[in-house]
Amino acid sequence: MAAPCVFWGTAVSYRLFLGGRVSLALRQGVWKAAAAELQILRLRHTTGVTAKKNVAALKRETYTVDFIKKQIEEFNIGKRHLANMMGEDPETFTQEDIDRAIAYLFPSGLFEKQARPIMKHPEQIFPKQRAIQWGEDGRPFHFLFYTGKQSYYSLMHEAYGKLLDVEKRQNQLQAKGLFSEKTKTKDLIGSRWLIKEELEEMLVEKLSDQDYAQFIRLLERLLTVECSAEEEEFVQRFRRSVTVQSRKQLIEPLQYDGQGMAFSTSEGKRKSAKAEAIVYEHGSGRIKVNGIDYLLYFPVTQDREQLMFPFHFLDRLGKHDVTCTVSGGGRSSQAGAIRLAMAKALCSFVTEEEVEWMRQAGLLTADPRVRERKKPGQEGARRKFTWKKR
Amino acid sequence: MRTLFPHSLPPRFSMQVKTFSEACLMVRKPALELLHYLKNTNFAHPAVRYVLYGEKGTGKTLSLCHVIHFCAKQDWLILHVPDAHLWVKSCRSLLPSTYNKQRLDQPAEASIWLKNFKTTNERFLSQIKVQEKYVWNKRESTEKGSPLGEVVEQGIMRVKNATDAVGVVLRELKGQSSLGGFRLLVAVDGVNALWGKTTLKREDKSLVAPEELALVHNLRKMVKNDWHGGTIVLTLSQTGSLFKPRKAYLPQELLGKEGFDALDPFIPILVSNYSPKEFESCIQYYLENSWLQHEKAHTEEGKKELLFLSNANPGQLERLCAHL
Repeated sequence: MAAPCVFWGTAVSYRLFLGGRVSLALRQGVWKAAAAELQILRLRHTTGVTAKKNVAALKRETYTVDFIKKQIEEFNIGKRHLANMMGEDPETFTQEDIDRAIAYLFPSGLFEKQARPIMKHPEQIFPKQRAIQWGEDGRPFHFLFYTGKQSYYSLMHEAYGKLLDVEKRQNQLQAKGLFSEKTKTKDLIGSRWLIKEELEEMLVEKLSDQDYAQFIRLLERLLTVECSAEEEEFVQRFRRSVTVQSRKQLIEPLQYDGQGMAFSTSEGKRKSAKAEAIVYEHGSGRIKVNGIDYLLYFPVTQDREQLMFPFHFLDRLGKHDVTCTVSGGGRSSQAGAIRLAMAKALCSFVTEEEVEWMRQAGLLTADPRVRERKKPGQEGARRKFTWKKR
Repeated sequence: MRTLFPHSLPPRFSMQVKTFSEACLMVRKPALELLHYLKNTNFAHPAVRYVLYGEKGTGKTLSLCHVIHFCAKQDWLILHVPDAHLWVKSCRSLLPSTYNKQRLDQPAEASIWLKNFKTTNERFLSQIKVQEKYVWNKRESTEKGSPLGEVVEQGIMRVKNATDAVGVVLRELKGQSSLGGFRLLVAVDGVNALWGKTTLKREDKSLVAPEELALVHNLRKMVKNDWHGGTIVLTLSQTGSLFKPRKAYLPQELLGKEGFDALDPFIPILVSNYSPKEFESCIQYYLENSWLQHEKAHTEEGKKELLFLSNANPGQLERLCAHL
């Protein structure tokens, strides 16, 4: 609240100045007069200050109540219009439908996803603003306003109050003799505490690291003691679930060809090369690329080493026959694409543990590196033009 | 050994010979087959042509060397052209032929070849007698009945006449091998050069066809099987060939229609990659000479890796092992 302070400060100085002028004449009854003056001045200045403050706070205030309401109305109307345009039912038009419709109507080739046109609910677009925290008389609404971080301290106060309640209940139970131990580890698995940024967003207030740490410690202490359902709910508000990373690699099903030989097919990509590999279960280690022997197709040893990597890793060098087709890219990217395709195809012949080893070795991940775009004003993607001093 | 192959071992093999201080060849099926045929040839019939063909690096040139060595041990006269491609590629000096105005001479290559021929076949040079009189220029001529060595000397000394000397040698040998005094082995490596295109140009920047080179012309006559008393062993090579795709290795592709027709009744012998046993023995040879220094080279996995990387191709294996 820097703005009101400034104004308040100038008002104070103005008042003092006036008071000084007035008190030049008389010293004794001056305080009363000064007090009366102050009252009058204060009244005057509050109106002046509030008037001035409105001008400055308009910039922030306009985002909040009326403006946001208007935006929400416009958004809803726009949503219905959009649903009509797309020929869908306006009542059941969800946010995903909106996103799809916008992507269809305004196709954008920009790489930065956040720069593309979006249509979202105003709550998600306009940052959360704090309403004015004090009333007409200047008195703040919240009792902890003068701490500076009112929402944070109020939250801490609430949590500590709950903790005290729980402890009091426990003491009562202990006195009665109905105390029972219970551990609560199951709630913690699969969820995590809010991070500092998320808490700041929730409270619309800046926090320091120590504040955040203190808060988390308090919540954990709350969890260690036995608490009732409402306290559980209170704590759960500050936990987010962690999605279990599905580490399952899609294992291709085995297929059987005419002679009863098992084989498996899969694809791989690298840069702009696409490859499809068919790995046969029993063979002698021959590899054919586009119908040509791999020794002739890849005269460079480096490319052949790339092809060797999946088999060598699994110790199955001479045991499989491979036929693959590849197109696009250059020699090195074709080798990388075939390697990925072969590794994926091998998954179906191999145990789950070995699949996990392959994934950790990086054999099953597509290389995301692509050619970086050349920027204007530079000679290449990174290289700048020769810098001439004069 | 050096007399036999003064110029003709492939460079990588000669480096290996120098390193191991012994020249060791693997005895493989194609060579054995050829030797078997050679032992059973009937020298009354016209010379049989054998063509060694195969993918790059499978061992055609070394098989040829094996055959040459065998024949030399049996006292044949060896006419060995190490690489016919050298005659149709970058040549500095092209002169119009003294013998035939339309053809072109290559004095440098011819003299080199004559020198090597001399080192290889010292003994025969004094035995064989020339059957016609050859006039080189106003002052020099070779009389009838003088030994072939003189012609060779003439070619070496008078570089301008070297090509003609080569032509003379070839003609004489062809004529006289039929008589039966000696057995002639014509061994040409990279024979597809004789029928392909050249990269040589005349002074007026017009391309030269292979027929217009005297050396090539004479060699073609040699390779034609209208004489008897010997054999012709030829090798195709893509490595030095001009304007041929890298993956071409069949005789049809590399020789072209003209060459194929010219060589038509021939016996093709395919030289392929190592069989598992051959691969094993090659690795054992390298290990015995302590050529493979990597600690994994002794183990089974190491051998499997090498097998995969080289795909049992001898040339590739050699290149791989050189770096290991």
